[in-house]
Amino acid sequence: MAEPATVRDGVAAVDRRAGRDARARIRRTAGSMVRTVVLLAVAGVIVIPVAYAVLGGFRDAPQLAADPVGLPNPWVWSNYTDSLTSPSFWVQLRNSTLVAGISTVVVVLFGALAASVIARREFPGRELAYTVFTLGLLFPVTVAILPLLILVRDLGLLDNPLGLALPEAAFGLPLTIIILRPFFRSIPQELEDAASMDGCGPLGFFFRILLPLSRPALVTVGVLAIVSSWNQFLLPLVMVSSESNWTLPLGVTNFSTQYTTDTARILAYTTLALVPALAFYVVAERELVGGLTAGSVKG
Amino acid sequence: MATAIRSRSRTGRNLRAVGAAGAFMLPALALYALFVLFPIIQAARFSLFDWNGLEALDQFIGLANFERALADPIFLGAVSHNAFIVILSLTVQIPFALGLALMLNRRFRGRAILRLIFFAPYVIAEVITAIVWSLLLQPNGLTEHFLTAIGLEDAYHPWLADPTTVLFALFFVITWKFFGFHMILLLAGLQGIPREVEEAAAIDGASRWQGIRFVTLPLLGPTIRVSVFLSVIGSLQLFDLVWVTTRGGPVNASNTMAVYMFDRGFVRFQFGYGSAVAVILFLICFVLALAYQRWVLRRDTEGATTYG
Repeated sequence: MAEPATVRDGVAAVDRRAGRDARARIRRTAGSMVRTVVLLAVAGVIVIPVAYAVLGGFRDAPQLAADPVGLPNPWVWSNYTDSLTSPSFWVQLRNSTLVAGISTVVVVLFGALAASVIARREFPGRELAYTVFTLGLLFPVTVAILPLLILVRDLGLLDNPLGLALPEAAFGLPLTIIILRPFFRSIPQELEDAASMDGCGPLGFFFRILLPLSRPALVTVGVLAIVSSWNQFLLPLVMVSSESNWTLPLGVTNFSTQYTTDTARILAYTTLALVPALAFYVVAERELVGGLTAGSVKG
Repeated sequence: MATAIRSRSRTGRNLRAVGAAGAFMLPALALYALFVLFPIIQAARFSLFDWNGLEALDQFIGLANFERALADPIFLGAVSHNAFIVILSLTVQIPFALGLALMLNRRFRGRAILRLIFFAPYVIAEVITAIVWSLLLQPNGLTEHFLTAIGLEDAYHPWLADPTTVLFALFFVITWKFFGFHMILLLAGLQGIPREVEEAAAIDGASRWQGIRFVTLPLLGPTIRVSVFLSVIGSLQLFDLVWVTTRGGPVNASNTMAVYMFDRGFVRFQFGYGSAVAVILFLICFVLALAYQRWVLRRDTEGATTYG
């Protein structure tokens, strides 16, 4: 007598639970569909302009005006080959690489030297020095650009790669020191004592032990320095006059004002300037993200 | 005797350590003092002169440059445009970045590639972003073709060429370039929050939305505050993107403080006046940074028990 009721109750309960589960599942599915749609739409808005630039370079101007959507038909190679065979592109690529190389080496080496003592030595004024360096994070080059021009002119470095690389390195010091300090601090003192007992001086410890042990952090600050130097526009705009010293951002803007009507040529040139940065990004994404989040989230 | 020698050698070692510390600091300090600190002081000095950057610096005019800037409607307009971008960044860009970070903060297929895509604009130079978007938004560009294709040809408008819409268009491009940066910061912050906390809230009957509102967001507070801070400073310094897309136009409608400074200083050779504008920009950032440090960020260092 009681048994069927129990079974019926049990079945009903199972039904109810199944209904609830099904509703929850529907809600979850609906939620994940909304999420998928939003994420794909955002991804589209990012990818489409880049794809437009890359593919647009393979069209000619009339094609671009008539039908900018879809694949080029026919594929026009001359925009890319013209740019790739023009000496100015290669000169700008070389200048950008040279400036980024110098500024990165300087900022990583100087920043690591300073961060190592700020992290590991007791000396009067240490906290003050750290505060002064971190304040620099507030002031990108924009604020100081007018007097910086006068200074670089007085140093005789106008129109010289060093006139770009040294200020870039100086303005990169704050972030470099902020990222390296906790890393250097975490390396145990015992290691330094042992090294010192084996006759290793401060410089020897720095180069032979501290730097090799901190390779991941050094790669991170290096990647950040390369990206910011590569994209720097205001400094070369002000400091560089002769075309043989242009960097890619200068070359690209100039190209775009020179050929205002030939959009396809502009897109091809822009793409060529963009490709090294994107390729570098795909390789170094982890270091870049790691560095920015370590620098900004953990302070 | 032996003690004396040992103590002397210890003093020597200490001295050497201090000397070494100084020597290690020296290259960075010298570079920083020369190219960062000195120019900022110089800007303050130049701002008191009427100077074209070439002749002798001898036309001392006191604070006249500052009075002129604060009375110039074009400069005040530039300040208000910066403020407008700041407000839009805080009310639209950061919530947008936060929403995407929340969506990406769970495991699903394709998450890594989406993260890679969303962050990519951050490494694209502002100059290149500006050129490509100018072409996309110009009449007969891809945007117009796209809107026509989906039957919305009336929705197209030359946004960058219209004084009433140019700031919104620029803000869109700014968001395109920078939301990924804030998203990555917030995502890193989210990943520092232990799963158990959110699960506990769910077990206690909190809906997903309540969990986000009352558990996740408060714990994410420190990261949000850093993100807000960087966004404000970045919006105040805006230059490359505006210079390449609009040069502050049409009719000054998209002028920013940095564009105004560059135009007066380098295009019109009013170095003293441009320096005064730079000093005002510097002071705004500095005061905001100090106030933020004092009133907002301090809480994070004081109550840093949940976050390390």
